[in-house]
Amino acid sequence: MTAPATVAPTTKMVNLTIEGRQVSVPEGTSILEAAKYAGILVPHYCYHPGLPVAGVCRMCLVEVEKAPKLAPSCATSVAEGQVVHVHSDKALEARKGVLELLLINHPLDCPICDQSGECELQDYTYMEGRPDSRLRDPKRFNPVEDFGGDVMYVANRCILCTRCVRFMDTMAEDPVLNVSERGDRAVIGKFDGHDLTHPWAGNVIDLCPVGALLSKDSLNKVRAWEVDRTASVCPNCTQGCNMIIETRDNTVVRLRPRSNEAVNQFFMCDYGRLNYRWMNRQDRLDTPLVRRGNDLVLAEWEVALAAAAQLLTGAKARVIASPMLSNEALGLLARLYRKTGGSGSYRVAKGDRAPLPGVKNLARREELGANVRGLELFGFKRSESPAWNLGSEDILVLADEELAGIDAGAVGQPRAIIVIGTTLPSWARGAAVVLPIGNFTEEEGTFTNVDGRVQRFMQAKAAPGYARPSFAVIGDLLALLGEKTGYMLASDAFAAVAASEAAFSGLSYETLGLRGVAVAGGAAR
Amino acid sequence: MGYPHKSHPRETPVLSRHFGDPEARTLAGWRQRGGYRALEQALGMAPADIVNVVKESGLRGRGGAGFPTGLKWSFMKPGDGKPHYLCCNADESEPGTFKDREIMRWTPHALIEGCALGAHAIGAETAYIYIRGEFTEPLRVMEAAVREAYRDGLLGKNAMSSGKRVDVHVHKGAGAYICGEETALMNSLEGRRGNPRIKPPFPAVSGLFGQPTTINNVETLAAVPHILTNGAQWYKEMSLSSPKSTGSKLFSVCGNIRKPGNYEVTMGFPFKEFLYDLCGGPLPGRKFKAIIPGGSSVPIQTVEEAEATLMDYEGFVAGGTMLGSGGVIVFDDSQCMVKQIARLARFYAHESCAQCTQCREGTAWTTRILERIENGEGVMDDLDTLMEIGENMTGKTICVLSDSCATPVFSGLQKWRHEFEAHIKQKRCPMRSAVAA
Repeated sequence: MTAPATVAPTTKMVNLTIEGRQVSVPEGTSILEAAKYAGILVPHYCYHPGLPVAGVCRMCLVEVEKAPKLAPSCATSVAEGQVVHVHSDKALEARKGVLELLLINHPLDCPICDQSGECELQDYTYMEGRPDSRLRDPKRFNPVEDFGGDVMYVANRCILCTRCVRFMDTMAEDPVLNVSERGDRAVIGKFDGHDLTHPWAGNVIDLCPVGALLSKDSLNKVRAWEVDRTASVCPNCTQGCNMIIETRDNTVVRLRPRSNEAVNQFFMCDYGRLNYRWMNRQDRLDTPLVRRGNDLVLAEWEVALAAAAQLLTGAKARVIASPMLSNEALGLLARLYRKTGGSGSYRVAKGDRAPLPGVKNLARREELGANVRGLELFGFKRSESPAWNLGSEDILVLADEELAGIDAGAVGQPRAIIVIGTTLPSWARGAAVVLPIGNFTEEEGTFTNVDGRVQRFMQAKAAPGYARPSFAVIGDLLALLGEKTGYMLASDAFAAVAASEAAFSGLSYETLGLRGVAVAGGAAR
Repeated sequence: MGYPHKSHPRETPVLSRHFGDPEARTLAGWRQRGGYRALEQALGMAPADIVNVVKESGLRGRGGAGFPTGLKWSFMKPGDGKPHYLCCNADESEPGTFKDREIMRWTPHALIEGCALGAHAIGAETAYIYIRGEFTEPLRVMEAAVREAYRDGLLGKNAMSSGKRVDVHVHKGAGAYICGEETALMNSLEGRRGNPRIKPPFPAVSGLFGQPTTINNVETLAAVPHILTNGAQWYKEMSLSSPKSTGSKLFSVCGNIRKPGNYEVTMGFPFKEFLYDLCGGPLPGRKFKAIIPGGSSVPIQTVEEAEATLMDYEGFVAGGTMLGSGGVIVFDDSQCMVKQIARLARFYAHESCAQCTQCREGTAWTTRILERIENGEGVMDDLDTLMEIGENMTGKTICVLSDSCATPVFSGLQKWRHEFEAHIKQKRCPMRSAVAA
């Protein structure tokens, strides 16, 4: 095997053998990481690539030839010519011993534990542990504790790996956790008068390899094996943390971070993590509607699209787009307003900036929308006030924008309103045409984050009723206005946008992968 | 001196010469007894020359590991532009060991002189004496002595008018056994939880406050002035045996023996004569059963093994154990080995810092099994389980506390297995009833 492409050519490489495989890794790499690179998992608990090395769980012990003792592979650097055995009898025996000791005071309450099914204690015990227990003595007992924030501590399941303590110390720089007591009385303690209320504290739940730190929000909600997992991007601010959407029965039940060294490493903030209920809204538009006198009535897609196209023919499209829309949708909406000589604008909600000090350039950003940078790149103008200078002959196109907090009378008097959205706000009941689309969990697409990084998200669940993907609806509308479009796939829509928009030139879903690519000159000013 | 007893003629009192003499505690009294001449001499010497004398003397660490002191000092690279530190490990927490306590109680200036000398030798301007929290009297004595030394200009910006800065600070621990482990001691000094650190990096590279640091035991540092004054050859020639074990050594003796106390003998002294002659042998009507020669962490010897042993680093290894810290714990035939070993295990379970899994869980589980056997509720399978837990706990953790807990268990199961089996078969402690009857 050769070095990863990201290694600078000046880095000194070290050659070693792990489980009979030749590996070449940069000097200073740990044996555990080198093994990972060679495709060999060394079981471990306290080690986490995003945290300082502790070397305390002693699970990752491996045999290094010519070394007198087993080596903790997380805390041992590779050396030239080293021969490492991960699965030798000696190493397996040691890890089996650790597992036995980790389990003697563990309540073995997997049937009622939220972590069950995604628990590293379970996994490694099945892989390398003893099938029986030799404990004849009573187990230690400690009560469950509320750690504040979204976090609950079940001390009986804790293996004292200290990942949570290290996260709060070095990443959050809010050292509220500690190891209290000594010996087997030791538990994770919380300093008096402090709670896990740091905006990023929820990450300790994901970092916990066992069921000791649990989310109160998802407590007893689903079992790990019942959920479907989808790679996505958090839409709750402009940071664009990579995440996994977990769904059960077409319902989003939990959001968790997905690693991306360039954006969020292994973390996501509590605001993003817990702000998912809107993705399951029940008051959704699920059929196209057209105006018949005083009523909006159900219509076939062809009828509704034709009605919208007819309104737009010869009129200026004034598009107000949501920052939650994908690049694909926004790129096509930009074509729509440019083609009709209209304009595009947007508004975005603001919150407080909340950085994670341990990671450079990672924060919950002030602007609470996924694709603000995309809107800017496509020429949409920010307009916080509702004075959009609507002419009486203009068509207002509301693209998934609810204009929350804005009075209907303040919007001005366009000739007609076309709603392309997921919901119908009460003041838009006067719309001429309503075209239902999916929200970002219901379609595929890309967002551009604050640094101009274009990142893909996948479809996690089905859209309600007859709602269709945003890019397909806008594409069909453009086709009726004489453009050569009509997209069945998000990748086709993205290719079309990439072909016409300079900032996206040369990009495709293949080049983006699942980690995204920063576009040239894409960073926010 | 066999403090608190009268010195035995076969002792070689070097460090213990002034034990019990209140005048030696004061600076004036100490100077009358030859104190601080070695420091004065050393401050005029190049550090490398001091290191060479100590290397030549063959002095080895008296805290337990027996690492050659001169070699340790030579790891400190002079002129690396970093502040160097000397730590004196006065945490003496190994059960059965109380020699450093007496050095500090009676001859505090011997330690201060050793610290100042050692600091100069390793290029450090600051030495910390880390005293265990329970040592309230030695702490008081040491603090008074340090004040005196500063007042007389022996320490400070211009130590003994040499133009060199030597500061000595006394720091009180909070009473954790593990803080006697050198990296845990450094964490504790820095104000952190006293958890041992992963090595490498070793203290000589990155120690106290991340700077090059040397840690020496009280007895080691207190011996250095004598070596400098009398010469390396004098120290080497004191030994009765192996050229690898030189000088004199303090042994703390406790347990079922007539004259417990501190005894200073030269390396290579016959253990049998030490136990029966110097320490007066067993209590009336009793026989020795088991001896722990070097503090609770070393393998337990049977009395036959002990009687055939020479008291030096190599001699104790040949006798199946280790010199360790020189804390001799004696058990006679009235003692139940299961109970004694369970008591030792409980100590380690209490003191485990809880970092490493094997230690945190293993020490406690071992204790629970041993106490259950002692209470007559053991089963034969427990003996195999104890052996396997012990193997799990050996050589796999950051520090050796875990190994130290397993060691007496191994000794017990190898040498007194019949006592364990008797507990299990009779469902009670046979010794307990024997004493009652």
